Amino acid sequence: MDTKTWTFIFVGVTFTLYLAIAWITRVRDTRGFYVAGQGVPAMANGMATAADWMSASSFISMAGLISFMGYAGGVYLMGWTGGYVLLALLLAPYLRKFGQFTMPDFVGQRFESDLARVVAVICALFICFIYVAGQMRGVGIVFSRFLEVDINTGVIFGMAIVFVYATLGGMKSITWTQVAQYWVLITAYLIVAIAIAIKLTGIPVPSIAMGATLKPEFAGGQTVYLLERLNLIQQDLGFLSYTDTFVGSWDKVNVFFVTLALMAGTAGLPHVLVRFYTVKNVRAARWSGMWALLFISILYLTAPATAAFARYFMIESLNGATTESLPEWYDNWEQTGLIYWLDDGDGVVRYSNREDNEIFRTGSLGTAAMLDIQSDHQRWIDSTGNNGTDGRQVLRNMGLSGPDQDITVLATPEMAELSSWIIALLAAGGLAAALSTASGLLLVISSAVGHDIYYRIINPQSTEKQRLLVGRAVIGIAVVIAGLFGIYPFGYVAQVVAFAFGLAASSIFPVLIMGVFSKRVGTIPAVVGMLVGIGFTGSYIVACVSFGMAPWTFGIFEQGINPQGIGVVGMLLNFGICLALTPLFDEPSQKVRDMVDSIREPEGYGPAVRIEQAIDH
Amino acid sequence: MNDKNIEPDYHSPEVQAALKRYWRDNLRLIAGLLFIWAFASLGCGVLFADWLNQFYLPFTGFPLGFWFAQQGSIMIFVLCILMYCIFMERLDRRHHKLLESLKADSDGVNKGKVS
Repeated sequence: MDTKTWTFIFVGVTFTLYLAIAWITRVRDTRGFYVAGQGVPAMANGMATAADWMSASSFISMAGLISFMGYAGGVYLMGWTGGYVLLALLLAPYLRKFGQFTMPDFVGQRFESDLARVVAVICALFICFIYVAGQMRGVGIVFSRFLEVDINTGVIFGMAIVFVYATLGGMKSITWTQVAQYWVLITAYLIVAIAIAIKLTGIPVPSIAMGATLKPEFAGGQTVYLLERLNLIQQDLGFLSYTDTFVGSWDKVNVFFVTLALMAGTAGLPHVLVRFYTVKNVRAARWSGMWALLFISILYLTAPATAAFARYFMIESLNGATTESLPEWYDNWEQTGLIYWLDDGDGVVRYSNREDNEIFRTGSLGTAAMLDIQSDHQRWIDSTGNNGTDGRQVLRNMGLSGPDQDITVLATPEMAELSSWIIALLAAGGLAAALSTASGLLLVISSAVGHDIYYRIINPQSTEKQRLLVGRAVIGIAVVIAGLFGIYPFGYVAQVVAFAFGLAASSIFPVLIMGVFSKRVGTIPAVVGMLVGIGFTGSYIVACVSFGMAPWTFGIFEQGINPQGIGVVGMLLNFGICLALTPLFDEPSQKVRDMVDSIREPEGYGPAVRIEQAIDH
Repeated sequence: MNDKNIEPDYHSPEVQAALKRYWRDNLRLIAGLLFIWAFASLGCGVLFADWLNQFYLPFTGFPLGFWFAQQGSIMIFVLCILMYCIFMERLDRRHHKLLESLKADSDGVNKGKVS
């Protein structure tokens, strides 16, 4: 059977499974809808958190990013896992003991302010919309590449699926669907990585294989470490050495800032925080933090190995190939525009970081623009440089040198010549990653509007039924908005995601930490701190990304701070201003101080498990 | 499971003292583990990575700084949370016993019985 048939089978089977789980676990009341009846076992919650967390970009783009960044790719690996230590130690147990529905609930009650709640809601909505748009796009891309349908058809199909199971069962069915999705995505990711690891080194554990020696047939009969060989090839071709630290724009200061900003941002992401409300008690909240990171680390430890393997295969199979000896995967992926060879006339591929590089991607250029460049280039070759233009120079000036990063994960199975069913499994895995994250995010959007704004602020007298209706309606609207973002994506996805982490690091994370670890911080310092944190971080990112402001060096650093890392400065400002103002303002009421005491206390945890009532048999 | 869940009376000074002690031990544990967390990732993975890169992880081709940034710190993160869960279980149990005995004492006094 060919890849397409296998893909239809895998996608069909997994989607039926998700919908079946959603139907079995559907709920009727708000508690089940928002927090799954607070009865999810720690390990299952950890698995669901992992699926929720690992998005289409973790699955498809991250290994590619690392593959091109080398050492500096560690900022994403450390940043996106290190945040879980902060979560499990500093936030999860206390938020669970607090035991309401949402993150803004805690902010609103701890600081006795609707303003604080609204600021938290706005941050939550902003972060979720940024994220969910990327997921819908991811669904569209996977559909279009593996099933050869239009991207927009893929997005619409993805919207329909998410809508059905998110509105049907709320948090409870989302949680159990995510557990299934975790298995699908991790199996797909690991099978590919293990197969390549065995092929290259004979060792079936990717994390170990990455540090092992290559099989002699790949290293000219010598015994040489994979990483050593990779460094050598990279340097030969004018690329930066793979394992060397602090090269190019990634100097020590920027690596430090970006890592820390991603860590604090991860710990402040609303869709991750809400997961810890869904477990039975304080103890389970801690353990589910451990399980979540353990399940995430399986993918995150494998990703850098996949990155190194793919880098090796990519260079080795392309460089020096001729029209006849070009690998089959190249032909398949050239059609998508993710990779493009512009020969200088000698019929031999050269992939390097110098002027003679011949490997490009078409990026957002249309077919017509590409054909123009191609024909100009052909004239340039035919006239030995007298006529036409060197297309390589044109593409390089457009920043389109080298293949697209997404090709790393999507094409490695083909590079390693794995069977077609494995490639199809990857499609199902990519969809699982995108759908699980999208559904978790939609739920946070729904709870932020339906619970925090409608119930807590607009209509506190509303009945359970009304609130559930609002929650479901909001999911419906959010799915449509997210789908529109998927069909008409805004540019610079990476920078916009940086915005999400920056906001979380500079507003939500500090305010939660101070809410738990200080009884003295009151309303006004907290709100001012939050607004200063967001204001500074937001305007810095917008100024850098949209208005071309040069990144600030603060007079002490050699290079300016990358917008992705500015959240750290915003976070420090938030903490600093809030703590400086605190002695000038009243301390919180006795009620709030008692509440802080009670969230620090592991005993006397919230309402009994209601998962039985939540099931509609 | 229900007997493990005591609703403490926060206005009793003994309960307050027990909570204070629990919280102090908790903070100490958090501080220790966060030090390890920062040392492994921001320390070995970033600040000292260039220096560590001259060494190799024994029996492998990993330069040490690179290994901390892409593998080691993630493994240490998992261990940090695991340690926290295990130590907090012990702390929780001790705290629970203390609250239980305080409750038994006050129940005994209230009912005029010797506990």
